[in-house]
Amino acid sequence: MMTTNHGAGLRKLHTAIEGFDLIAAGGLPAGRSTLLSGTSGSAKTVFAAQFIAAGIAYEGESGVFVTFEEAPEDIRHNMAGFGWDIAAWEAEGKWVFVDASPEPGEPHITAGGYDLGALLARIEHAVRKVGARRVSLDSLGGVFAQLDDDATIRRELFRIARALRAMGVTSIITAERTEEYGSISRYGVEEFVSDNVIVLRNALDEEVRRRTVEVLKFRGTGHQKGEWPFTIVPGRGIVVLPLSALELKQKSSDTRINSGSQELDAMCGGGFFRDSIILVSGPTGTGKTLITTEFLAGGDAAGERCLLFAFEESREQLIRNASGWGVDFPRLESEGRLKLLCSYPESASLEDHLIAMKREIESFRPDRLAVDSLSALERVAPLKSFREFVIGLVSFVKYLEIPGLFTSTTSSLLGGESITETHISTITDSIILLRYVEMSGQMHRGLTVLKMRGSVHDKEIREFTIDGRGMHIGAPFRQITGILSGQFRQTGEFDGLAPRGALGLPGSRLRD
Amino acid sequence: MEKYVIKLYVTGQTPRAQTAIDNLRRLCEQELGGRYDLVVIDVLERPQLAEDEKILATPTVVKELPVPIRRIIGDLSDSERVLLGLDLRPVPGSDGWGGLR
Repeated sequence: MMTTNHGAGLRKLHTAIEGFDLIAAGGLPAGRSTLLSGTSGSAKTVFAAQFIAAGIAYEGESGVFVTFEEAPEDIRHNMAGFGWDIAAWEAEGKWVFVDASPEPGEPHITAGGYDLGALLARIEHAVRKVGARRVSLDSLGGVFAQLDDDATIRRELFRIARALRAMGVTSIITAERTEEYGSISRYGVEEFVSDNVIVLRNALDEEVRRRTVEVLKFRGTGHQKGEWPFTIVPGRGIVVLPLSALELKQKSSDTRINSGSQELDAMCGGGFFRDSIILVSGPTGTGKTLITTEFLAGGDAAGERCLLFAFEESREQLIRNASGWGVDFPRLESEGRLKLLCSYPESASLEDHLIAMKREIESFRPDRLAVDSLSALERVAPLKSFREFVIGLVSFVKYLEIPGLFTSTTSSLLGGESITETHISTITDSIILLRYVEMSGQMHRGLTVLKMRGSVHDKEIREFTIDGRGMHIGAPFRQITGILSGQFRQTGEFDGLAPRGALGLPGSRLRD
Repeated sequence: MEKYVIKLYVTGQTPRAQTAIDNLRRLCEQELGGRYDLVVIDVLERPQLAEDEKILATPTVVKELPVPIRRIIGDLSDSERVLLGLDLRPVPGSDGWGGLR
C-alpha cells in the first residue's frame, strides 16, 4: 500500500484518481471511511468505482465494490467506457462485488427486529477473499430504500463502518443529497463517518453544468480547500483539475528566447524568458494574430517545435494571414515544426477544452506554445469556470516550462481591459499591450511592453506598422498622452514617424 | 401434500438468532406438522451462501418450496405476518385464488 505521512502521522492512501490526490494532499485517510456525498447525477458511482479500478490498475491493490442500487452487470457495462475491464479483474481475483442491489419484484416483509449481520459477513468475506485494501459502498440511499426502520439501518451502518476500520481497509461510502449547497446527506448518517467528507457537485452555473469536487473535511490531516473542477473523460474516468495547486512547483529560468521580432526583443530587454507566460492584449485588428504568427516563426527560426491553439480563425484563414506576412505555415507543418489546432470555443466545455489541450501539449511536446485567443473562450462558460480554465492552463504550461503566448481581445476599440486580462495578468510574466491611437484624423497602432518580470524593458509606447514582411516597430508617441485609456490628448506637434530602425536595429525580422 | 423447504439465515449464536429459530419452529410445527425441512444457516460460517442468495439482513427466512419463493426478515416475533408472508396458511375465507374463480 502506497501511503504518505502527513503532519500528525495520519497516513494517506493514494487513490490514483487523476488529480484528486493533489487536492486531497496525498489521498484519502488510510484505514478510514470517507463519506462521498452528492446529488443525483454528480458521478458518485463513477468515483466509487474508479477508487477501486485505480487501486487495481496503478497501486496493485484489490478492492470490494458493495452495490446497493445498480446490479453488478450494469456497473460492469457502464464502466467499460472508461477502459475498466471489471469482469477480467473479477476473474483475476482483484475486484469482487457484494451484490446488495434490490431483487426485482420481491416484496420485503418485516416481522420483528433484525440487523445487517448478513451484509457485514458478506463484506468481510469478500475482503478476505481478495485481500482487499479498498472498499466502496454505493450508495446508502439504496439500503434505506430496501429496508424499513431507519433507526436500525443507521445503527447497523455505524457497525459496518466500525468493522471496515477494524479490517484496516480504506473505504468510500456514497450518499445522496438533495441540494448542491445544503445538508451533507439526506439520511442523517454523517455522524458515523463524519471524520472525512467529500462533496461532488454538478451545479448549473449560468446555464452551464459545472462539476466540482470539494474535500469538506479530513479529520487530523490536511487537504486543499474549496471546490475543484473535474470532468469525466472517456477512457480515463474522473479527471480532477488541480489548477493552481501546480503553481507551487514552478521554477524560473534566465534563458532568453526570441519573440520572432528583433525590435520586440529589444523592447523586452533581449527577448522573452524561456519559461515565461506572455499576454498580448488589444482590440480587434491591432495585430495580435500577427504577433502570434511571428512568435511561431521565431520558434521555427530557432529550430523549435511550436503548437498553436486557435479559437478565432479557421485553419485556412490562419494560413492565408501568415502567408500575407511572409510565413509559410503549411511548410512548417509538413516539416513537423508546427501544429495548428483550430476549434470553435463552443465545441466543448472549458473543462474538456483544457483536458484536450493538455493532452495535445503532452503528446506534441512543443518548445513554444501560443493560444489565439484566450478571450474567445470567455463566452462559452461562466466567469468562475473561465478563471479556473485560465489558471489551469497557465499553471500547466509553466509546470512544463514551455514559453506560452496568449492573446486577449479587449472589448472596446480604444483603451479598456478584458476579462482575460483581469484573470491572467498576475500570473503572466510579460504583458504587451496593443492600442489604436488616433492622430490628426488617422488611426495608428501603438505597442508597449507593460510588464517584463525580472528584466529591464522599454517603457515607451511605440508606433508600429504592418506590411508584407510583418511588423515594424518604430518611434515612441511623444506628443500624445492617454493612449492606454483611450482618452487621447495631443500635447505637441507630431512630426511623423521616425524612420525604420529607430530602436537602433535593422528593421528586418529574425528569419530574413 | 407437498413438503415445505425453509431456510433461516442467522448471524452467530445470538439471542435474536435463537428467538427466530424458536419462533419459526413453533409456527412450522403448528401449521405444517412434520411436512417441512428447516435448514438454519449461520452467515458467519457460510458467507458465500449469503452472497449467492443475496441475503442482507439477519434473521432472514426464505421459503424455497413450494414455489413461489418467499422472504421475510426479522426475528419472526410477529406470527401473523410470518404466516401470511410465507403462505403457511391460506388467508381465512379465501380459496387461494383471490376471489377470481
